[in-house]
Amino acid sequence: MIPLLRHIFRTGILTEPTPLPEGGPQREIDRLHDEILHILGRALTIREVDAGSCNGCELEIQALNNPYYNLEGRGIKFVASPRHADMLLVTGPVTKNMENALRIAYDCTPDPKLVVAVGDCGCNGGVFGESYASCGGVENVVGVDLRIPGCPPTPLALMQGILAAVRSRE
Amino acid sequence: MIFHAEPIEFARQPGSGAPVWSGRAADGEDLLRFAISVHRHQGRLAALWGSDDRPSHGVYRLHCVFALDEGWLQLGLDLAASGDQCPVYPDLSGIFPAANRMQRATRDLVGITTDGSDHRPWLRHGAWPADWYPLRHDAVHQAGMGAGFENLPSDYDFVQVGGEGAHEIPVGPIHAGIIEPGHFRFSVIGERVLRLEQRLGYLHKGVEKLFVGADVPQGARLVGRVSGDSTCAYAWAYAEAVEAACRIEAPPRALMLRALMLERERVANHLGDLGAIGNDAAFAFGLTQFMRLKEAWLRLNHQVFGHRFMMDRIMPGGVAMDIEAAALAAIVEQCGVIGSEVKRLRTLYDAHAGLQDRFATTGAIDATLAQELSLTGLAARCTGILLDGRAHRQGYTPPAPYAKLGVRPVTDERGDVAARVAVRFDEIFESLRLLREMAVGMPSGDTRFEIAPIGGASGLGVIEGWRGEVLVGVQFGEDGKLARVHPHDPSWQIWPALEHAVMKDIVPDFPLINKSFNLSYSGADL
Repeated sequence: MIPLLRHIFRTGILTEPTPLPEGGPQREIDRLHDEILHILGRALTIREVDAGSCNGCELEIQALNNPYYNLEGRGIKFVASPRHADMLLVTGPVTKNMENALRIAYDCTPDPKLVVAVGDCGCNGGVFGESYASCGGVENVVGVDLRIPGCPPTPLALMQGILAAVRSRE
Repeated sequence: MIFHAEPIEFARQPGSGAPVWSGRAADGEDLLRFAISVHRHQGRLAALWGSDDRPSHGVYRLHCVFALDEGWLQLGLDLAASGDQCPVYPDLSGIFPAANRMQRATRDLVGITTDGSDHRPWLRHGAWPADWYPLRHDAVHQAGMGAGFENLPSDYDFVQVGGEGAHEIPVGPIHAGIIEPGHFRFSVIGERVLRLEQRLGYLHKGVEKLFVGADVPQGARLVGRVSGDSTCAYAWAYAEAVEAACRIEAPPRALMLRALMLERERVANHLGDLGAIGNDAAFAFGLTQFMRLKEAWLRLNHQVFGHRFMMDRIMPGGVAMDIEAAALAAIVEQCGVIGSEVKRLRTLYDAHAGLQDRFATTGAIDATLAQELSLTGLAARCTGILLDGRAHRQGYTPPAPYAKLGVRPVTDERGDVAARVAVRFDEIFESLRLLREMAVGMPSGDTRFEIAPIGGASGLGVIEGWRGEVLVGVQFGEDGKLARVHPHDPSWQIWPALEHAVMKDIVPDFPLINKSFNLSYSGADL
């Protein structure tokens, strides 16, 4: 146990300041962050749904919980059930074989809910487009509040997007 | 050249890539005999796919890739088109069980089938009719929301387990985490797993259809998105196949830069997996520590290559960017830092009794099963099979630039989660050593040559990715556009091994065992 604690102590705190939304000053984001938590009862819960992605977006979403971005430390948490979620974070393209599962997850998420489409494929189908096997972007299957483009979007872009989505509902 | 005294003549593929031979079976009997012979000589089935070559040759074609000690043999079998009937070829799953899912996927996509008994669809769930085959050249491919078919709910014929107290646990397709979708059907008594059956295909997004008619750069962009965690391996395998077909070789500097990226991809994934495996054994400290190392690793990728996962950096003909001496120095320096951090974390992992208790003997498979299932890559090496496309072995010379680097492959005979953790640690250290050598010995010169597609040509690329061997088969049409591209993920072979690995364990061990393999859904669903 002692070597373990020593390692934790030696690593220190790596968490970086909350990123600036594009163009906004740092103070604004801090105020916004406080407001989000106030509106949402001091926490935001997210259910991530991979509806057809190549796994690239998932790697970056997983990175949000690493010590550098520390999303959970800011009160934003990934949950296992859509019934516990305020927000669906959906990567795409939505495959035909996932279309039904995504609809069910959407219906299970309590209102008022936010849907964020992640990645170029989630936004508009990306390189996969629409075909016999792909419905294209997330908005072709369920209503979308915000899109975060990128292939894949960086963790910073994901954080900015998640914060902006919450503000859009205000 | 002939193999095992079978009457099939093989020709060596030109170029400096993996040793590949291609040949043609005269008929189904010929193919079956050859497959039996490969199996008898401890060979593997590396990939199987079909193509509709009616426009150019008037036939359908089955493509099998067998792996022997010397390299890979691509064997084609022509199947005559006969009206509305699906052409039939001999079922190989009795010889190589790994053939089962690939054969079913081939039937779903191309409409050629076997004389075997398992005709359950694999990639086709309910989105298109059973008598419509997306990869046939006359399949109408409308723009807009698909081909105009109704997306019908489908039932799947799972194998039922009966008896007193036996019940089923269905899991997925959406899983409780930030991971890819698939369905697992457990048959259990109490906590004990009696049987696991997987149903995949949820991520089928029609990748292979999109290659048809694309040009070489469009194909490169697409192949880099078959499985995002292995983008470098896919891009390189595709580049190798295109270069072999076009009779050109990438310059030495480009080859070394590709290997540099491939090893960085391997380290990034192993770091992430070691953390996630620790986390699934309730050791959150491990996840936090390894995720911070992975983040530092990806940030240097971004700085040096302009992309955290190095997507679209490997292109047919070479690489899309060059790298400066200062960047190479930064890579060498980071290898030192990460190396000593990982060494310290390994000591903590090894000394943690609770962790080792979860790892040891959990999810074990042995070398006999691995051989039977044609396993490759990390999963095979963790049963003690010395199989690494980057390393020399009896009768096999790895492709450039690995031939000169002298890769020391890592194996572990235990076959359990502990083995898959240990091999990942050792492979990180070996990759760090290779990265330092590459950075020091980086050749100078060009980074890219022009590609001129040759009408009707074809090639096969094989790259040892972090999971195992990634294969990409490429066929050009007479117009110089891509006529057929088939990317093959090692997960095709390893998924069935997971069904065996959980049988001796209990349900709560499944996430740990699954993570210790960390297989691709997207790569195998296409």
